[in-house]
Amino acid sequence: MRRVVTLYRTTVGKKVLMALSGVVLFGFIFAHMLGNLKMLAPATDGHFAMDVYAEFLREVGYPLVPHGGVLWTARLVLLVSVGIHVLSAVQLARLSRAARPSGYAKEDSLSLSYASQTMRWGGVILLLFVIYHILHFTTGQVHSSFVSGAVHQNYVSAFQSPLIFLVYFVAQTALCLHLYHGVWSFFQTLGLSHPKYNHLRRPFAAGFAFTVYIGFLTPPTLVMTGVIF
Amino acid sequence: MNLTLHVWRQSGPRDAGRHERYEASDISEQMSFLELLDVVNERLTNEGKEPIAFEHDCREGICGSCGMMINGVPHGPKTLTTACQLHMRSFSDGDEIWIEPWRATAFPVLKDLVVDRSGFDRIIESGGYISVRTGSAPDGNAVPIRKEDADAAFDAATCIGCGACVAACPNASAMLFTAAKVTHLAKVPQGQTQRWDRVLSMVDAHDSEGFGNCTNHGACQEACPKGISIDYIAHLNRDLIKATLTAKPDVSGKNA
Ligand code: HEM
Ligand code: SF4
Ligand code: FES
Repeated sequence: MRRVVTLYRTTVGKKVLMALSGVVLFGFIFAHMLGNLKMLAPATDGHFAMDVYAEFLREVGYPLVPHGGVLWTARLVLLVSVGIHVLSAVQLARLSRAARPSGYAKEDSLSLSYASQTMRWGGVILLLFVIYHILHFTTGQVHSSFVSGAVHQNYVSAFQSPLIFLVYFVAQTALCLHLYHGVWSFFQTLGLSHPKYNHLRRPFAAGFAFTVYIGFLTPPTLVMTGVIF
Repeated sequence: MNLTLHVWRQSGPRDAGRHERYEASDISEQMSFLELLDVVNERLTNEGKEPIAFEHDCREGICGSCGMMINGVPHGPKTLTTACQLHMRSFSDGDEIWIEPWRATAFPVLKDLVVDRSGFDRIIESGGYISVRTGSAPDGNAVPIRKEDADAAFDAATCIGCGACVAACPNASAMLFTAAKVTHLAKVPQGQTQRWDRVLSMVDAHDSEGFGNCTNHGACQEACPKGISIDYIAHLNRDLIKATLTAKPDVSGKNA
């Protein structure tokens, strides 16, 4: 127990929490991206593939679990993960700021990548986006023509506006950068390192981030251009 | 060659400090960076001014005392080189050079370019003991060690504790240093006795000194004059997690 307390107290322990909550989030992100690709699938018997999928998410696991059981469990896990992730981010950012209060007159950024330098502010953008996104597609308050349960229709009507597209485009770019550093960082933080495989970690992170980027942005682009309606 | 230097001058820990400009003329390409400072200091002394304080000892790249920020890069522009081993041929006539001390809360400036790196000593101290036979020299091959492990331990052991990793890190984290020290001992049989407690204590000591957290930027490994890789940080993380997960409850004499 003493060791567990020590681990958590250390900066590394907080990073471990960050990495574990991060991996839950990026697992979710990947599944979400795959789900959104249902926008590309043809309708069956007059039902949009996206709506069938949304219904599936609400009913999956029934009767073993109540209606919406899996969905609400997933939401709870995500909420806790975001909470842990943001809390650790804030704690660690404050420690870092205290550790390096004054900078150098002449700066040279060495190997710092744009992605690694924007984790904190990029994270804030993602958090704001997540809130907006929920109000937009889940509860509908900020959607101009929201119809509860009509997922496909809500999706299409939203992305007819170039402004909405722009918001999602910016958010996905931020996500792509966050994932590029985050996925690699995750391996490093959890000590998943081996001389035989280390050279694959960066390409994996890049591939993952890029796949998510393209996967999320393809359906909205097709809506914008009128291919999906 | 002739150079313009902007050197951080700070008379003591409580002084606010400022950059001062010095012209250095007739500098030979063969001089080391520290010799450049020696020349400037000689002139300052002759003029009755306070010479620039900087730390140095071996001047051959092995003691780790000469660290300073040169144009925003720890130990200057040449990779895998300490400031004392950096030669003026790495610069050209007319260059402006900014010279600053390491910046970190855990490395308070004592004077000019000299910082207090005793935090590193306390991290090492917290690492506890290793098991070696004292007295007569042991037989060199009495304890078999895999070649890969011996190499990894030796690479880690090349860390000279200069602090460049901390200076380069945007979080002023000393994880590269700590990881080098932890892994150096974790890779060899002599370090096994306290291996799991050591990693926890050293990381704990690292944090209490006020070094920041590692965010895996990798600037440290680029700045390190000894080429210590951030793979050692992953190794430290792995050992720390393992130490926590596999710790046995404190019941003496019952658990095998
Ligand atoms: C909700 C707002 C978010 C904030 C404020 C935030 C902030 C951060 C920060 C500051 C880091 C640390 C960077 C580092 O130390 O290397 C980080 C790491 C990470 N983030 Fe996020 N993030 C957010 C959302 C997300 C999302 C949505 C995902 C998943 C897709 C994610 C996945 C990750 C991963 C995997 C890491 C790496 C953990 C590690 O350092 O090992 N984050 N995040
Ligand atoms: S790890 Fe490298 S940069 Fe850091 S103290 Fe050791 S030798 Fe210096
Ligand atoms: S003076 Fe010893 S390493 Fe530079």
